[in-house]
Amino acid sequence: MDILSQLGHGFGVALTPENLAWCLLGTTLGTAIGVLPGLGPALTIALLLPITFKVEPTAAFILFAGIYYGAMYGGSTTSILLNTPGESATIVTALEGNKMARSGRAGAALATAAIGSFVAGTVGTLGITFLAPVVVGFALKFGPAEYFSLMVLAFVTVSAVLGSSAVRGLAALFFGIWLGLIGIDLQTGQARFTFGLDELLDGVNVIVVAVGLFAVGETLYMAARRHAGQDEIIPLRGSLYMTREEWSRSWKPWLRGAAIGFPIGAMPAGGAEVPTFLSYWLEKRLSKHKDEFGTTGAIEGVAGPEAANNASAAGVLVPMLTLGLPTSATAAIMLSAFQSYGINPGPLLFESQPGLVWGLIASLYIANVMLLVLNLPLIGLWVRILRVPPPLLYAGILVFATIGTYGISNSVIDLVLLYVIGIIGFLMRRFDFPTAPVVIGMILGPLAEQEFRRAMTISNGDWTVFFTQPLSAGLLALALVGLAGPKLYTFARRQTLRPARTPGDA
Amino acid sequence: MSPHPGASPAEPTGAPVARPVAWPEAAIGLGLLVMAAVVAWQTATMATSPMYAKVGPRVFPYLTAGGLALLAGAMVVQGLRGGWQLAEEREVAIDWPALGFVAAGLLCNVMLIDLAGFTIASTVMFTLIAHGFGSRSPLRDAGIAMVFALACYFGFARALGVNIGGGVVELSIERILGG
Repeated sequence: MDILSQLGHGFGVALTPENLAWCLLGTTLGTAIGVLPGLGPALTIALLLPITFKVEPTAAFILFAGIYYGAMYGGSTTSILLNTPGESATIVTALEGNKMARSGRAGAALATAAIGSFVAGTVGTLGITFLAPVVVGFALKFGPAEYFSLMVLAFVTVSAVLGSSAVRGLAALFFGIWLGLIGIDLQTGQARFTFGLDELLDGVNVIVVAVGLFAVGETLYMAARRHAGQDEIIPLRGSLYMTREEWSRSWKPWLRGAAIGFPIGAMPAGGAEVPTFLSYWLEKRLSKHKDEFGTTGAIEGVAGPEAANNASAAGVLVPMLTLGLPTSATAAIMLSAFQSYGINPGPLLFESQPGLVWGLIASLYIANVMLLVLNLPLIGLWVRILRVPPPLLYAGILVFATIGTYGISNSVIDLVLLYVIGIIGFLMRRFDFPTAPVVIGMILGPLAEQEFRRAMTISNGDWTVFFTQPLSAGLLALALVGLAGPKLYTFARRQTLRPARTPGDA
Repeated sequence: MSPHPGASPAEPTGAPVARPVAWPEAAIGLGLLVMAAVVAWQTATMATSPMYAKVGPRVFPYLTAGGLALLAGAMVVQGLRGGWQLAEEREVAIDWPALGFVAAGLLCNVMLIDLAGFTIASTVMFTLIAHGFGSRSPLRDAGIAMVFALACYFGFARALGVNIGGGVVELSIERILGG
């Protein structure tokens, strides 16, 4: 088959000693930052963006993908042993995983998380391999109007549907879009929102925004609530084996988790939160050991969500590679890495850069194998990283933030901007605003504007073009449903169930 | 919709029990309203060429300003109705001394990096932030910071090919090593 020969070619690219070394570096680094609370893949890749000036694109993306996958593995270790979810996607893992660790079964929890991540990561990567070419075939028919409508749909889902509040999610998104507008408009040469500062003519660098929100904002937030309870690290006793019973209780949740996670991740909505919660709910319902949920910790509640998390992380790469549509902060930063190389992800990428795309996909298979080895026999190493004292950890993070930001152009203005965005990030954390839509809006906003103007130029300034083309209209209708649907649903429920108890579905 | 564990319903849904006005939330809404106004004003004063009258560089900024204004208005209303901040978060008092030391560290970094170079600025910042986070051995922290900053400067930054402003310390080390 054509796909298989392409993939074989990709393995030829990924298996060179140099690219294997990049993959190993990425997976190791990714696991480390996944383990460390307060550091995530989006921040790490943002800090490493300058590498795109030195290294050829295939190597850089193999590194970034390794970090991305690795962080998903490492995050589960923190959730299980520390009960502090490294990222939103591992909140659910902490629920049961930490309970398991408290009742002396940390080893089994870590093992089912790592093996489940491997199974689901591999299933997800298989999904990319076979789904991506299909999406490409479909996407080649898209015109500017369809692209714009698709982006609107993605905007709505990542900011309004997935978070805890549509108003705050959309506000974060618009803030990001505005940040993306700053600088010279590429079509007309008009400077926008530069406030007379020459430094802003090139626009606000995505590194500054990502590092400001995820490193500085996070540090300020942690400093402000220093006394709000310190979590203890549960020592890892015993070996990492799983009993026969634990294996038989794990393998179905792994597969079910992967089956839930990948499709949701691959939709232009993305997000790992929904699939992990769905998987948790499903496993709790199907489990024969319901009494262990929330008490001693049920292994199904770790195996399923952890698999869903990794499969959806793989799924997110499908719209990113085939449509140029990032649906997570990490994917948005990877997209800006593509831009830094002058490469436009999208359907044409598979024809213009087959070595890059298939080498990257092949490296994902390799990364999963490496991560299984890194996270099972070497788990003791990562537990040690978990013991870095917070004062040194956060102080160190801000030194890295300085390198990443000041290194762009040795400008103190960038540093000031970094800290201002850090303060905004702190307020956003404290007042429950999601931060990922800021980064997504900033990267995707200018692209949406470009497609919007293209569509309008083609239609000769006719606004109705977005509604008269069936596909575009359908996508916009979906976006509208996503925006208004939940509200209408609650409203309808309140009308019919007025005297009933408060809606408690949790 | 999103089933956050332990999250109370954050949205005031017109509950019959009147809650006190949440000033921080209302202030955030007002701040965003001001921002929307600034965006609209900046857009209106843009000099645009009539050649691009159809979809010029002002359409998206206006849409952004409009969207922000709408959302900011909704937030002001939510704030007046009792706000949305999670109870858990509201009850955690901000640790101002800790925040102050971190902020002082950032400020020192901004002021020192051009004057004294990366290593000195980072050492000062590192020590202040570590103090803010409760570390009480400044000399040890400063030592760690110095080694860490130098390792970053000569390892990480050089490997990435990033120039992060060498100061006295970096240049003298380079001179010693080089000569």
